[in-house]
Amino acid sequence: MERYFLGVDIGSLTTKVVLVDGQGGILAWAVGRSGYSGRDVAQRLTGEVLSDKGLQAEFIQTTVATGYGRVTYPADREVSEITCQAKGIAHFFPEARTVIDIGGQDSKVIKLLPGGKVSDFAMNDKCAAGTGRFLEVMAGALEISLEEVGELAAKAEEHRAISSFCTVFAESEVISHVSAGARKADILAGVCDSVAARVAALVERVGLEPEVVFTGGVAKNSGVVMALNHELGYQLVVPDNPQITAALGAALLARGTNL
Amino acid sequence: MIKFPGFRGYRCACYPVEPARPSPRNAGFRGCRYARDTVMFLSFTDTDAVLRNRVKSWEDESVDNRELWASLGMDLGKHDEFLAPLPGAYTNLFLERSRRPRAMSYFDAVVGDIHGIRVKELVAAKENGHKVFATFCVYVPEEIIVAAGSACIGLCAGAQYTVPAAEKVLPRNLCPLIKSAMGFKLERICPYFQVADWVIGETTCDGKKKAWEILNDYVPTYVMELPQKKRVQDNAFWEEEVREFAAFVEKETEVKLTKDNLAEGIAKINRKRAALKRLAALRQASPAPIHGLDVLVINQLAFFDDPERFASRVELLCTELEERVAQNEGVAPPEAPRILITGTPQPIPFWKIHALIEQAGGVVVGEETCTGERYYRDLTEPASNKDGMLVNIARRPLNVNCACFTPNAGRVKDILSLADNLRVDGVIDFTLQFCQPYGVESHTVAKELEKREIPHLRLESDFSEEDQGQLKTRIEAFLEMLK
Repeated sequence: MERYFLGVDIGSLTTKVVLVDGQGGILAWAVGRSGYSGRDVAQRLTGEVLSDKGLQAEFIQTTVATGYGRVTYPADREVSEITCQAKGIAHFFPEARTVIDIGGQDSKVIKLLPGGKVSDFAMNDKCAAGTGRFLEVMAGALEISLEEVGELAAKAEEHRAISSFCTVFAESEVISHVSAGARKADILAGVCDSVAARVAALVERVGLEPEVVFTGGVAKNSGVVMALNHELGYQLVVPDNPQITAALGAALLARGTNL
Repeated sequence: MIKFPGFRGYRCACYPVEPARPSPRNAGFRGCRYARDTVMFLSFTDTDAVLRNRVKSWEDESVDNRELWASLGMDLGKHDEFLAPLPGAYTNLFLERSRRPRAMSYFDAVVGDIHGIRVKELVAAKENGHKVFATFCVYVPEEIIVAAGSACIGLCAGAQYTVPAAEKVLPRNLCPLIKSAMGFKLERICPYFQVADWVIGETTCDGKKKAWEILNDYVPTYVMELPQKKRVQDNAFWEEEVREFAAFVEKETEVKLTKDNLAEGIAKINRKRAALKRLAALRQASPAPIHGLDVLVINQLAFFDDPERFASRVELLCTELEERVAQNEGVAPPEAPRILITGTPQPIPFWKIHALIEQAGGVVVGEETCTGERYYRDLTEPASNKDGMLVNIARRPLNVNCACFTPNAGRVKDILSLADNLRVDGVIDFTLQFCQPYGVESHTVAKELEKREIPHLRLESDFSEEDQGQLKTRIEAFLEMLK
């Protein structure tokens, strides 16, 4: 009987599950809002992924959980999202030496050795600046969806600077830009610049070594990708599904356990 | 359920009936802030009969402390609320771990009655005409206080519970240690503060220096001025400060310092430091014979307890650990990553960092901190006359490499030699939020560790528990990196 391996990443905003086969190929994956119980969401997503492929839970040989909610999930092993992220990225981008990961409440910069071992990392302090949550609040203040941010920011003519890193004060700044009659696109470009500036400072702490891969939910936002490319003076590599790379790393670690 | 006996008779809104064990989500605490500070979601499960018996034996000694606290003018309601979660937290973090040394039971009992027995001793000493001097820093010469027959105690300064009260008089962006201590006094929660005749402050940072001026409105505060460099003239200046302090202690206690009582004071404190050094040396062994968290609580109690009794109990523990080491027994598997902590002090009951590291599978084998090496590494050299003794008392702390000095190259040397001696796999540089000297020095520490390819992690936190998730991720990733 073919065996499968499951990676579960319960993040602060979203939960991701990835199922891989014995060769490490991605069989299926799913993403959902973590909501009140990331564990329940993870189990529901796993059920969906399995039924989608016509598989039963018994086919899963090993599960590795990662992300903030990892302790709540009944996995075989828990591994930090930093190690999982490194594993997932090294699998698809063997040349990657730096990973920039921006999730819901964290931004991280991870330095990799050849083979995907972590050699150093830096994380934001307990503050939402430069995270997905920051973007979400600012998008909310402008009454647009997160998905629209990139497209709108690309249309900016003049970037409206957001000087405050504090999410609460930055939101007031956004609102005062609005009342001053600034265009949404210009404000959004400023918001993306703010995230990029914050993350660039984090990159400087560990040093930028190409190739640089950008992951996490925020990597789906073309506005931030553009702002970061500009800020770092380097063209970032963004995977097709940047949100699931840590869950993929967890699944690969689950598979590795059984090799 | 295991009851924590030293706390019998406490009532608090958090515990409507008997103190309940904290559930993984602190459900039992009903919003007590202190509970959220200290209770970690640890899962050390060991409910052996030995533990039960140990707990039972203390129950018989349980005493009613409320009269004592009332007589010290404490706010009993707030004090109840403050202490209520401690039994659950301590049971969870300490008592339930397996393979703890038997000799830890003494220290458990001291924590179990942290505001009782020792406070009673101090009150009794005062009734006999002795004084109580309360301190915050390893630079204050406790030998002189002990020589005069008085008591030297460290002050409570490691809890979030008292921080909001302190923020009424102090800026929010100030070191949590200063805020916590100030809050204990403002709220009248710490019996040590209440029993103290004097607080002996020092000028190790600007925050403390200015806070003493405010604290002096609530309790008489004497300030020793510590130099910021270690040149010959600085040493001479500090010697003068120590002499002045000795004269102050003589005046306050009405006890003349002599060659004999100073020799005795030095011997008592030296014995305490030597015992702690012996304990520290045992942590070189692999597998580690004792958890870092247990040593941390011992180091914290070193500031409170009677020095002679404390030293004898640490010696007893060392003897037990020597047997363990001889038999190659330990508390963690030999492959568990060995961690050295460096940075700011971790005052009681701040156990978060050690607990998270050891919960994640590491073992803390040393602390290059004031609640560690800096307190006990150097002993006071003996001398043949009173003046020589005072000179040596002044000289000892100047070997301590606190970030308040500039330059402070000695600290990097200390870290490197500890990393080598203790065969550590990684160093965690922990800084309390808003601590400028250590926060800035982190850069130098990181650079030097980098040069020698010693893995290291910088952490910044305070006494609250809201950042536990982030700390846990960093610590686990760091330990995974070391494997």
